[in-house]
Amino acid sequence: MPIKILMPALSPTMTEGKLAKWHKGEGDSVEPGDVLAEIETDKATMEVEAVDSGTLGKIVIPDGTDNVAVNEVIGFLLEDSEDASSIDTSASAIETAVNAVPAAVPASPVVSSGASAKATPLARRLAEQAGIDLSTVTGTGARVKITRADIEALTGTSSKPGSLPAEVTPTLSGARLFTSPLARRLAAEAGLDLSAISGTGPQGRIVKADVEKAKSASPAQAVETPVAIESSVSDRYDIVPMSAMRKVIAERMVHSKSNVPHFYLSVDCEIDELLKVRSSLNERLEDGKLSVNDFIIRACALALMEIPEANAGWVGDGTMRLYKTADISVAVALDEGLITPIIPSAESKGLTDISTKMKDLAVRARDGKLAPAEYQGGSFTISNLGMFGIKQFDAVINEPQGCILAVGAGEPRPVVKNGEIVAATVMTCTLSCDHRVVDGATGAKLLSAIKRLIEYPPAMLL
Amino acid sequence: MADTKFDIVVVGGGPGGYVAAIRASQLGMKTALVEREHLGGICLNWGCIPTKALLRASEIHHILHNLDEFGLSAKDVSFDIGKIVKRSRNVAKQLNQGVAHLLKKNKVSVFDGTGALSGSGTVAVSDKDGGTQDIKGTNVILATGARARTLPGLEPDGKRIWTYREAMVPEEMPKSLLVVGSGAIGMEFASFYSDLGADVTIVEVMDRILPVEDAEISALALKSFQAQGMTIHTGAKVNGLKAGANDVSADLEIDGKAQPLSFERAILAVGIVGNVEDIGIEGTRIVVDRSHVVVNEWLETGEQGIFAIGDLAGPPWLAHKASHEGVICVEHIAGLATHPLDASNIPGCTYCRPQIASVGLTEEAAVAQGHEVKVGRFPFMANGKAIALGDPEGQVKTVFDAKTGELLGAHMIGPEVTEMIQGYTIARTAEATEAELMHTVFPHPTLSEAMHESVLDSFGRVIHF
Repeated sequence: MPIKILMPALSPTMTEGKLAKWHKGEGDSVEPGDVLAEIETDKATMEVEAVDSGTLGKIVIPDGTDNVAVNEVIGFLLEDSEDASSIDTSASAIETAVNAVPAAVPASPVVSSGASAKATPLARRLAEQAGIDLSTVTGTGARVKITRADIEALTGTSSKPGSLPAEVTPTLSGARLFTSPLARRLAAEAGLDLSAISGTGPQGRIVKADVEKAKSASPAQAVETPVAIESSVSDRYDIVPMSAMRKVIAERMVHSKSNVPHFYLSVDCEIDELLKVRSSLNERLEDGKLSVNDFIIRACALALMEIPEANAGWVGDGTMRLYKTADISVAVALDEGLITPIIPSAESKGLTDISTKMKDLAVRARDGKLAPAEYQGGSFTISNLGMFGIKQFDAVINEPQGCILAVGAGEPRPVVKNGEIVAATVMTCTLSCDHRVVDGATGAKLLSAIKRLIEYPPAMLL
Repeated sequence: MADTKFDIVVVGGGPGGYVAAIRASQLGMKTALVEREHLGGICLNWGCIPTKALLRASEIHHILHNLDEFGLSAKDVSFDIGKIVKRSRNVAKQLNQGVAHLLKKNKVSVFDGTGALSGSGTVAVSDKDGGTQDIKGTNVILATGARARTLPGLEPDGKRIWTYREAMVPEEMPKSLLVVGSGAIGMEFASFYSDLGADVTIVEVMDRILPVEDAEISALALKSFQAQGMTIHTGAKVNGLKAGANDVSADLEIDGKAQPLSFERAILAVGIVGNVEDIGIEGTRIVVDRSHVVVNEWLETGEQGIFAIGDLAGPPWLAHKASHEGVICVEHIAGLATHPLDASNIPGCTYCRPQIASVGLTEEAAVAQGHEVKVGRFPFMANGKAIALGDPEGQVKTVFDAKTGELLGAHMIGPEVTEMIQGYTIARTAEATEAELMHTVFPHPTLSEAMHESVLDSFGRVIHF
């Protein structure tokens, strides 16, 4: 049997992705470990490696296909003794399974083989002509008999006049959705996915009232519709489709800003001492200079260990997370958005270690080569816009984490010391906290610990 | 001693009550029905059904006087009002017996007498001979219906001044007749008596006849009735009616001027009031608002285990609404998944000549609710079947939401439209859009093709006009 190559899940939450590029062509021989194809998700581009050896027999999903569902067959690998003809039927079966919209849920188990499949004579002939294996077809006729309509639905050659594609019943995993025509139209206009709406009409049919309820419940969903993107053209602006990453950022930020009760604490840190320590350390380092940010990462990690109740995350089921390690997410700007690679257990890492690790993560983040585990699941986030000269800003909490630190630019500012105005290099840090898990005093304790460590870096040695 | 403990006791055996009782029994509930007079209620005995029998007679009479265009002739055409009434009563009687049979077949225990609530879960039944009996029901459905409304100065005497009840069993044909009110009941009697040769005058306080219908349909109906010879005063009042020995003196106010007129008979058709008295709701948590019992979408009253359906529970006062409520109420009691009645999907029919039928919103109401509308019309004079029938008067009108294609309302006047309105009602209930209606094949030649054409016309695609 040819081996099915399935769309891999690159992260636990991934449901679909883009098949960006095949590295092997049909007929190419494949060894275990060979890169077969590149898959693009919202966060990263990953390579699919071959597990078995053989020949790439057939490519089912071509280059550049968007929204390929996880576990969908993307191709077939032939073992040594097999030839391409042995996959034709299974491939077409897969394609039909993917493309076809069965008119009804089968009333009894699907027939097992082509020979014993019940089909009308005309359906049998049409299937033969189209090269369809009847055993893969679900009949919708009396006693699950396969009818002409079933075959035509698969081959897309319905002879019925006036059957408009727009009126095909929307389906979820091939199951028929019962909806009223009006509900179907209203959902299409509002860009709502009918499969996500539960029906309250007869036999659970989706009716107008259900769509209207869904419409008022999720106005944001309408933004995601391709209809909205394709609908208008203007001289004053270009209509640009949003990247998968942009959509995820949009969704997550809206969710955070509308659900998380943010409060903000700001503090000025004098960093003259830190800059001195940094330059003297950097003079002694052979490769890889330490950045101010590396110090901030370590300061935050140590402060979180000191105030463990601030190293918290919202769960929402009546419990909350108290992280045991300081897994620091660091926001890295990319051309198409941003990503937050993680320095895990930063409290147990020295400055050089943090620095090396951070440089590697940043480079790979910009190349879209991060593994999901490298950017999912931190306990605390740092966002630093100091390099752009930003003096102060408030960051949006990276759910489910409880805090995010927004770091501004270090700049010379007048400060009062012992009653005298003197110059100092000052950096403003603002901590955004989720009030559901972190109270004002807890946040303040954390921020003052961070300030203390930043202003007196030798303490980081302790 | 008969059983006196039931799962459901229904008070009132009209189209709401007896349907509720049959459905309850189907669902395995032990059911009793209390009826004081006639099974089938007003609808079957004194409303919908006997009037249809009368109108059939007047329609045939009308055709017999217009035979020439069909190449037919008849001499000495006459009628016997007594026989017409007798046939109407026989029709009612036949159906009344049918209901008794249906209840028996479904094992519903029928109690003859007047039912009234008497403490929690108890209905006291008092029969004609003064005997009383208490029966118990875990649930009680009140379906006592309604009766004609009377206004001060406009009291029926049963001889000269009629309600629907006397108008249904005339002993002789009046030469002149005043109809007060131009709703469905008023217009049906106006049609019946006018077609049998009476001189009919209609007084309507609103600015148009059939005020609940679409304004365009009202206007067409007005023209038609006037052409038939009826005198119609809209925006007019009847300030008083006085029955004399041989006539009724009517104190009319037309165009703001007092106008005393005399008629042989007058019919009061100024609405109905619910039968909320003497059914034991005083002192309970059941709320009565303007002679109707207040209920929620499951027909529950303010009192646990007590329900009200049909005319008693408020407008629209239609038999089919009552029956449907009866089924919903019982299925809800039985714990079945059911759906509240959508009042906008209840069709309304008036069996005057020409007939009038409608469902959903009028054009005016649709616009008032903020819909951008697409309106289509199709006249029966462009419909082959109507012309062949020699009945090409009237039109179909459809109102769609311009954005969603929802059929907001349909309004028809003309031949057999009361039989056709269900097509649009199914479309509304199934939430069909203009696309499904356009794709539906209507048989040719039929009057219903006008329904298809009106849909097409709503979107500028009419073929035959």
